[in-house]
Amino acid sequence: MAKVKCECGHVNPHGTILCESCGRALTEEAQKEKLHDMRYEGSARRSQTYNKTIIDKIWNFFSSVKVGIWLIVLTLIASSIGTIFPQKLFIPNNVSPETYYEETYGTAGKIYYTLGFHDLYNSIWFIGLIAAIGVSLVICSLDRVIPLYRALKNQRVARHGSFMKKQRLFALKEEKLQPEEIEKVKEKLKSKRYHIREEDGSLLAEKGRFSRWGPYVNHIGLIIFLIGAMLRSSEGMYTDEMLWIREGETLEIPGTQGEFYLKNEKFTIENYDKEKDPEVFKEALERTGGVVKNYQTDAVLYRDENRDLPGAKPKLVKVKEEKIRVNEPLKFDKFALYQDSYSKDEMKAMEFALANKETQKEAGRVKVDLFNPKDTYDLGNGYKVEIVGYYPDYDGIGSDGEPKTKSPLPNNPAFLFKMFSPEHPKGEISFTAIRQTLEPVGETDYKMEFRGIETRNISALTVRKDLTLWILGIGGAIFMIGVIQGAYWNHRRLWIRQIDGEVYVAAHTNKNWHGLKREINSVLEGTAIPVPEDQQG
Amino acid sequence: MNKKKKRLIVRSIILAVLALAVGYTFYSNLTKEERHNLRKGDEAPDFVLTDLAGETRQLSDYKGKGVFLNFWGSWCDPCKKEMPHMEKLAKEYKSQGVEVLAVNVGDSELQTKKFAKQYGLTFPIAIDSTKEVQDAYNITPLPATFMISPDGKIEEIVIGGLVKEEQVRTLFDKVKP
Amino acid sequence: MSDLVQWSGNLLYASFIMYLIATFFFGGAIRPKKNGQKQEENRWGKIGITVAVIGFIAQLGYFFTRWAASGHAPVSNLFEFITFFSMMLVGAFIIIYFMYRLPVLGVFALPVALVIIAYASMFPRDISPLIPALQSQWLHIHVTTVAAGEGILAISFIAGLIYLVKTIDQSKRSKQTIWLELIMYSLVAVVGFVAVTTTFTLSGYEAKFEYVNKDGKAAEETFHIPAIVGPNEGKLVTEDKFEPIVDMPAFINAKKLNTTLWSLAAGALLYGLIRLLTRKRMGALVQPLVKNVNTDLMDEVSYRAILIGFPVFTLGGLIFAMIWAQIAWTRFWGWDPKEVWALITWLFYAAFLHLRLSKGWHGEKSAWLAVVGFVIIMFNLIAVNLVIAGLHSYA
Repeated sequence: MAKVKCECGHVNPHGTILCESCGRALTEEAQKEKLHDMRYEGSARRSQTYNKTIIDKIWNFFSSVKVGIWLIVLTLIASSIGTIFPQKLFIPNNVSPETYYEETYGTAGKIYYTLGFHDLYNSIWFIGLIAAIGVSLVICSLDRVIPLYRALKNQRVARHGSFMKKQRLFALKEEKLQPEEIEKVKEKLKSKRYHIREEDGSLLAEKGRFSRWGPYVNHIGLIIFLIGAMLRSSEGMYTDEMLWIREGETLEIPGTQGEFYLKNEKFTIENYDKEKDPEVFKEALERTGGVVKNYQTDAVLYRDENRDLPGAKPKLVKVKEEKIRVNEPLKFDKFALYQDSYSKDEMKAMEFALANKETQKEAGRVKVDLFNPKDTYDLGNGYKVEIVGYYPDYDGIGSDGEPKTKSPLPNNPAFLFKMFSPEHPKGEISFTAIRQTLEPVGETDYKMEFRGIETRNISALTVRKDLTLWILGIGGAIFMIGVIQGAYWNHRRLWIRQIDGEVYVAAHTNKNWHGLKREINSVLEGTAIPVPEDQQG
Repeated sequence: MNKKKKRLIVRSIILAVLALAVGYTFYSNLTKEERHNLRKGDEAPDFVLTDLAGETRQLSDYKGKGVFLNFWGSWCDPCKKEMPHMEKLAKEYKSQGVEVLAVNVGDSELQTKKFAKQYGLTFPIAIDSTKEVQDAYNITPLPATFMISPDGKIEEIVIGGLVKEEQVRTLFDKVKP
Repeated sequence: MSDLVQWSGNLLYASFIMYLIATFFFGGAIRPKKNGQKQEENRWGKIGITVAVIGFIAQLGYFFTRWAASGHAPVSNLFEFITFFSMMLVGAFIIIYFMYRLPVLGVFALPVALVIIAYASMFPRDISPLIPALQSQWLHIHVTTVAAGEGILAISFIAGLIYLVKTIDQSKRSKQTIWLELIMYSLVAVVGFVAVTTTFTLSGYEAKFEYVNKDGKAAEETFHIPAIVGPNEGKLVTEDKFEPIVDMPAFINAKKLNTTLWSLAAGALLYGLIRLLTRKRMGALVQPLVKNVNTDLMDEVSYRAILIGFPVFTLGGLIFAMIWAQIAWTRFWGWDPKEVWALITWLFYAAFLHLRLSKGWHGEKSAWLAVVGFVIIMFNLIAVNLVIAGLHSYA
């Protein structure tokens, strides 16, 4: 691991290609080059210089830009595969993915499912790819930024003639420069914001060096972003809950540990109106039919002062009242409630009339709250209705002869009523379901006539807490700064040196050669200093 | 030589940190699904509900006794099947320090009362009308039974119906004080 | 109100004409000079850029009058978005033109913009109201920035294309000539699409089908172009119309596939005609236009456009997109196909920028990559909306 001492006296790290100080070529290959490869200033990229232990081998693997590019390309291809068929997340949630893919997309769908592509972005290997990119980012950057920093810090004003000759922009002219000539050029360079350093008649004008750090700054941003993404799966950082809440209900907001409650006052869906809304929309509305204008939950947020055990009666204190709309979530504490979905017109109450079949006379009406039906409804004058059985989601008669219910939700309510009347003080039995009445124990004189229905909407709100957002924000901001820094500025250098009665001029930029040429032309035109010419192509 | 060693150490540390970060990412991503599920040995989340008789039932009041905590709904067939076993053994084990506490999820009071009457249930039944207890125990399919030891730990979790009496008996025995 | 809409339409039309005229002036500007000297900007070029700028201003006028008429920035459906993209492409061309003063860029960039505008106008052009998810200031911020980024990146494709036309050896058939012809054919196929759609729209062709959709339900679809491929278990209801040759499985949208097939066929016909008449590859046909092009400079323009466009695209397509997604869809990232393809675009250009560091990736390879990048952008712009339905499929 000998250091390399250049003829100029500067001691370079092992593996250096061009002397950090004077630019002299230190390797044979570099001496043979027609033009110098200036990528990292010819500095010693650390990884390339040792290859001993397993640690070094791993390090070197991730340090390679080629490996980095491969990782990017693999991620790119993998990502695109995930869009061929919809991901598990986007298929209807009442079907099994196992059968869905084959049924919908045939054999290709089956293969897709079998290979695990239906949940590609959560697969171990995809996360592994992203993680590998993260590792590559760290190591690639570390491995390059330090030598580059050294090389730029150590660069001397006077560069060796051979170095200058092998720059892409170069000129040589026999000439003795007058001091005032140089002064003139210096003035022009200064007006173009160049920093100028001079050393016994040699000149180095440099600007935009900070743009060289752009890539490393943006990599830091990306790493911070990835750290944020990593923390997202940690306990307590991220909440993804759903709150289905009916109009009029007050429920605990899941994920808030019983601290917050929400009341749904009202849920509305509004469509655009051809007549009321601006006339320009008329054509589109006629073509497409209805277009939704608004989904909105009028909500009241409460805090539970009690914060007692689950199931305990909360002591609610109103925090605020807000309308939750798409794009306008309700924010509180570290949470946000988003309008996500809805279900329209769930049955809430049913009204029946107890009526004499023959006379059609109504003895009274019964309104049954489908969520909290009463035992008996006394209609007076000897009329009474008792609910013997309630089947909110009626699904036919079971093998035991009893009516069955599929779920506790009132999707298809059915009742076993016992109807009391002065004529039948012991009651008559009637089974009443939607569009169906049975009289299981003999014909009755009275019946329960359907009179009306009360419905309400259910709003579905997403409960979200994401404590990683600020990390992602910082990462994103740093990334943008770095990218702009690297892309919109460039590092330009102009060397002028007089050797043995000759003037050497060389220039370098990390990108935008066109801009550099134009700038140098305008600076040197009309002076005794030759305008460097493009030696490439 | 010294410098080389130093470099190796620096590289090892950086790689170790990166490996840890990647390992952690895998771990937390792979476990996030089941992280919120209760497991055997966990502390049983405390709760308080009012039963059909109007009495307040708080889980922590049962300290020192074993608890057979059952979540059920009247529409669920396996729930109906296990009720007779529960009723029979509840009486038998009461003197041995194991209590049954049944939590109804989703039914109205009317339905619950009718159900209890129909099956002749004498153990306390409470309705979790706000679903807060259900959420605390993270239950989706019914029935679900949690056997809670006298010191408040979850001894056993059974998701799904209990078909045989013997099966139920074994569960009761597990949490005898 | 409707006056404004009328104005808006006329302005778009005017800009189309201006771009067409400007193309010819740029064409005049690149005529080889007798002395064989390097091309400098001449009077033709000056007129060309002036006309192009006037066209651009007219298109800005279209944009803002339509904005005023509808109350929201016209970037909410495919017609509006693709038109806006074409405007950004021209805008990016104008900027790059003032940096490099290369009329040849105009000869290629403006026709591409023209084709894109023509393509856009095949989609429903009426002003539609915004669905709740789109009712946000972020619509303007996100979509305009993305389109600007993509417009600038498209210039890298233009420069890359010029590079390829110039450097690919047309004296013999090779892999390169075939791929280049494919690019040319794709452009012609878009013209084919415009021709087919316009022809059948003018003739008022309508054929109604009853079919079974993806969810196994009965549905109806009206074809405005004779069906070569029909929908799943489709039954032609309208009398005396063309019966499809084959029915497609349910998960394929037969109507869109049918249009695509027609466009490809019309494109093939047009392309065949060009080849037949000129007895030359299209690549060879346009090669004289780029005779005086400095390939190194073109390589640099292509790279530079990516350097300028990449940060803009990142900002609009990823960062603003994530911010808005967090507000509207509750999460900043959800692997929606459009999101994924924005990521793919970004990864692709990131890979490109890293490859530029390696030796041997300048010049021709770099130009091919610029072409691929544009294909990805167009895929995301059009195919993802039309083929892969996701949250972005409201167009």
